[in-house]
Amino acid sequence: MLSTPAIYDVSLQGTRLIVKAHGHWTVETAASVFERLDADYDALNYESVEYHLQGVEALDTAGAYILTKAVRVADVCKSWELIGGTPSQQTLLSVAADCQMGDPPRSKHQWIETLDRLGRATVRFADETFATLSFIGQFFVMFFGVLIRPKRMRLKSIIALMEEVGLDAAPIVAVLAFAIGAVIAYMGANLLGALGFSVFMVDLVGISMLRELAGVITAILIAGRSASAFTAQIGAMKMRQEIDAMTVMGLDTFETLVIPRAIACLLTLPILTFLAMISGILGGLIVAWVTETQISPFLFLSRLQEMVDIKHFWVGMVKAPFFAIVIAIIGCRQGLAVSGSVDSLGSRVTTAVVQAIFAVILIDALFAILFYQLGV
Amino acid sequence: MDAPDPKHTPPISATGILTQFGPNIIHENLDFEINRGEVVGLVGGSGSGKTVLMNTLLGLKEPEAGELRYFGKRRADLNADEEMSLKNDMGVLFQGGALFSSLTVRQNIMVPLIEHHDMSQDLMRELADMKIHMVGLPPESAILYPADLSGGMKKRAGLARSLALDPQILFLDEPTAGLDPIGAHAFDTLILKLREAMDLTVLMVTHDLDSLYAICDRVAVLVDKHIAVYDSLDVVAKYDHPWVQEYFGGPRSRAAMATPGHKKSMKGAASMRAAAGL
Repeated sequence: MLSTPAIYDVSLQGTRLIVKAHGHWTVETAASVFERLDADYDALNYESVEYHLQGVEALDTAGAYILTKAVRVADVCKSWELIGGTPSQQTLLSVAADCQMGDPPRSKHQWIETLDRLGRATVRFADETFATLSFIGQFFVMFFGVLIRPKRMRLKSIIALMEEVGLDAAPIVAVLAFAIGAVIAYMGANLLGALGFSVFMVDLVGISMLRELAGVITAILIAGRSASAFTAQIGAMKMRQEIDAMTVMGLDTFETLVIPRAIACLLTLPILTFLAMISGILGGLIVAWVTETQISPFLFLSRLQEMVDIKHFWVGMVKAPFFAIVIAIIGCRQGLAVSGSVDSLGSRVTTAVVQAIFAVILIDALFAILFYQLGV
Repeated sequence: MDAPDPKHTPPISATGILTQFGPNIIHENLDFEINRGEVVGLVGGSGSGKTVLMNTLLGLKEPEAGELRYFGKRRADLNADEEMSLKNDMGVLFQGGALFSSLTVRQNIMVPLIEHHDMSQDLMRELADMKIHMVGLPPESAILYPADLSGGMKKRAGLARSLALDPQILFLDEPTAGLDPIGAHAFDTLILKLREAMDLTVLMVTHDLDSLYAICDRVAVLVDKHIAVYDSLDVVAKYDHPWVQEYFGGPRSRAAMATPGHKKSMKGAASMRAAAGL
């Protein structure tokens, strides 16, 4: 549609400002005269305004707003009048004339903002630590309560969750561990082969996979996969007031949501870790066989049995339940901490994944120190 | 293309609409038309497909068969520019307000302005504030986030955003649901005021009988997969269909009809406020 631009004409009769408007006063056309008109209004000294709308072909809220700028300078303009225009244009203009501006956006001083955020982050860290610790306490009280009275264990949801956490994750865990086993074998083939000790790559793959990598890789994967899922599921329930509904019905959220997730993790993570160990060793075995080192599977397995002590397997396995509990606790706790907004769900999911991965690596490091001191 | 007088072509007309979800037929052979400047109420039982019809008219859902015309032009014939300008001509207030929760009220209203218009930030902010004023929100609410607003304020803020581009057609999905009677009546009054100031055509999906009596020019009843009757409220209320009779003959309806001077009056609002001791 072709539209004529917004045209205006201002003149002064004594202290009376006469504004004659022509053409289209719409959001497309009026924005271009906004600053000019504003300056014109500022330049003139007036006490009342008279608007002539006879020439206006189209008027929308933006146009009306820009036109009535003169009236809204309250300490200057004492009265105003309208001449011409359709009834709806008159209504629109009077609405625009007595509209009040909102507060300016909150001011942003860069360094105050930075300090403010730093302070808030510190307080939040303290709150978060306290809340996590009290959550862990509450969790263990409930957990042992359920263990003493297994009737309160929700078998159905535990099994459904085991499928979600364990079975569904099995392929990705296996593939990932296989790839890592293969990578380590390649490194061993290169470095040890140069020294003529290529057969030691069996020890390298075996010990690193069993002792550290299988457990940590699995736990990190589940931390990313299931901790986020727990937070999102429980958080969405929280947002839709399902949690409130459960509380009112006398269902304990810990018993119905948190404990089944913890038990599902507790049962599946060791199995997944075992799968990762097998798969990782298989990856190493195949690489050892197909590269120029040419260690046959038979030789690989017999050397593995001979050189790699069973204690490495147990060192890897014993960590799995700790990872499991921590992942479940962090996922559920962040889910229950979700408040009403979509933003908070997003940030809680992020926090859950970050915390869970952080905790897994921290626990692994603590175990490494412990086993070193014990000489295991 | 022949363009008849835009004042008289209906902004929206739908003929022979068929809507289907799998084997489930929602609308069949549905005809619907809204005239310029009308406030039309759309009623129907739960699950009769009122919201689906609104989504179809908005272009959110493609009907399986039938024809949609906007200002006389078929939707299928519109090119990308025309489609965009049509979208700018339609404003929607969704049931929950559908405000972007990470933005303040003012920023929410500025979103369509930023997307579609080239103007200074200051002017945009001032226009947003004007919309806030027009929907009757206090100026302080400009810098609040949706989470800080009450249900009624959220609806008003959503309405302000839907009016940001000065649409010609306004769609309201259950605008008064979840509001207290005073808030609901004030909202009705607001719609009438805005229609007058902005020359709006309004389609309102509603269950609120008070709203129907207070502000709708015509009421369309969606039963048996099509618009069974579409006329002024007095005619619709007498229509011989079991659902319509139950709907308008029920005690709630009679109570709403008994409100003194129900049709398009501000008296109703005043008396209600007086009754509430305001």
